[in-house]
Amino acid sequence: MEILGISSQALFGQVLIGFINGAFYAMLSLGLAVIFGLLNIVNFAHGAQYMLGAFVTWMLLNYLGINYWLALVLAPVCVGLFGAMLERTMLQRIYKLDHIYGLLLTFGVALLLEGGFRQQFGVSGMPYAIPRELQGGQNLGFMFLPNYRAWVIVASVVVCASTWFLIEKTRLGSYLRAATENPKLVQAFGVNVPMMITLTYAFGAGLSALAGVMAAPIYQVSPVMGSNIIIVVFAVVVIGGMGSISGAIVSGFALGLIEGLTKVFYPEASSTVIFVVMAIVLLVKPAGLFGRTA
Amino acid sequence: MLDVSKPVRLKVEGLNAYYGESHVLHGMNIEVGRGELVTLLGHNGAGKTSTLRAIMGLIRRNGSIRFDGDELARMPANRIARRGIGYVPEERGIFASLDTTENLLLPPVVKDGGMSIAEIHTLFPNLKERARSPGTKLSGGEQQMLAMARILRTGADFLLLDEVTEGLAPVIIEQIGVVIRLLKERGFTILLVEQNFPFAATVADRHYVVESGRVVDMVPNTALSNPDEVSRLHSYLGI
Repeated sequence: MEILGISSQALFGQVLIGFINGAFYAMLSLGLAVIFGLLNIVNFAHGAQYMLGAFVTWMLLNYLGINYWLALVLAPVCVGLFGAMLERTMLQRIYKLDHIYGLLLTFGVALLLEGGFRQQFGVSGMPYAIPRELQGGQNLGFMFLPNYRAWVIVASVVVCASTWFLIEKTRLGSYLRAATENPKLVQAFGVNVPMMITLTYAFGAGLSALAGVMAAPIYQVSPVMGSNIIIVVFAVVVIGGMGSISGAIVSGFALGLIEGLTKVFYPEASSTVIFVVMAIVLLVKPAGLFGRTA
Repeated sequence: MLDVSKPVRLKVEGLNAYYGESHVLHGMNIEVGRGELVTLLGHNGAGKTSTLRAIMGLIRRNGSIRFDGDELARMPANRIARRGIGYVPEERGIFASLDTTENLLLPPVVKDGGMSIAEIHTLFPNLKERARSPGTKLSGGEQQMLAMARILRTGADFLLLDEVTEGLAPVIIEQIGVVIRLLKERGFTILLVEQNFPFAATVADRHYVVESGRVVDMVPNTALSNPDEVSRLHSYLGI
């Protein structure tokens, strides 16, 4: 079967890859959006925290024999704690300064982490086996769907939807949204805003680590996996609108898909198409597709 | 100093406060007794709003702020609120990303005895009608009512009210006056910053006159039957 001169196998294969990439873009840009909203910090360490999540997963298995399913919980907790420490000891000192300081500090942290792991593990990347329960796949007739990829898509949709619900529909989320607008007043109502900021950063870091766990069996576990993906994720956040939760989710999946389709129809542009979209969005709607103009 | 019939709830002594490098309060002294309604009167920039912000812990300050026996001057804002102090800021502080109900439910309950939503809706019927409107789509009067209503839910029984009549139509001011007198009857203690002196005179027990970051005079509301006292106050306020 052919569509527009492209075999359906190739087309759906790329759509699937697009969705998988989109799932990671969505989960990562979601955490970035949450952190930027409340902390006003462009968290350049986000990619490194994603890489850390994948490495913790790899180390848990290879050093302690702890499997994928436990790593899904343990790695985000470890990286979340690391994030909380980073926020308490460093980020907290620079909130009063210009955005650029937060960007520089987290960029420095990212370089340190990446450099440390590169020193220890090299750049070639290490394999992580797909958990036994999710090996194999389904033949859907028009394409073959590996079970693990189906799991990643479903899990990331659930994670994104739950995070959206938490922030937009719950009481805790209303504290978060209010503190994004006017942290001092929320604190004057009796909410411990500094603690909430620490937990939010930890949550964002944990979210990126969760993406890292899910990525381990798909991409190689490598020190540079974070810096490879983070630039695209920043473009996704800009397209969705800085600080917009639903914008991050929708544009994450959409851009993954656009990237996948570009690979089919005009492969030469596949690595730049997201940035082209970003440039167009910035020209037409500088606050991003879902952003509120201040 | 301590009157047994009206124990002092708030005693501010030698309070200094700063915005960055600029020194805005120069040794404020205020006392507010239980169940009293005390106003801070004075020109724009005299330091009235800064006094409330300093009590609430929102700006850098030093000196002494005793509240129900505790020293607040070194506490962060969230712990001060938990003591039972409710703050209605001058700019009202309605959150744009929250609807009316979310705004109303935002401040956590800090003490028993707060008003129920039903009571609040009886007091401010507009808020019930506008329950799902985004906070910033409300009229100025509705925003002011929302800013007060959300504090009454929390059980706070000491209120810091900043310019609650500013920019509002006379009929709305009337309505807010009714609410404030009701709160007084219920035993709330209130420190009110007000530019609208005629309004202040209808609700207050005492008035502090603030100039250049300190209290320069205190006039009991009962003294306002004396024309000399009134003209003294008017001369401060330039009315």
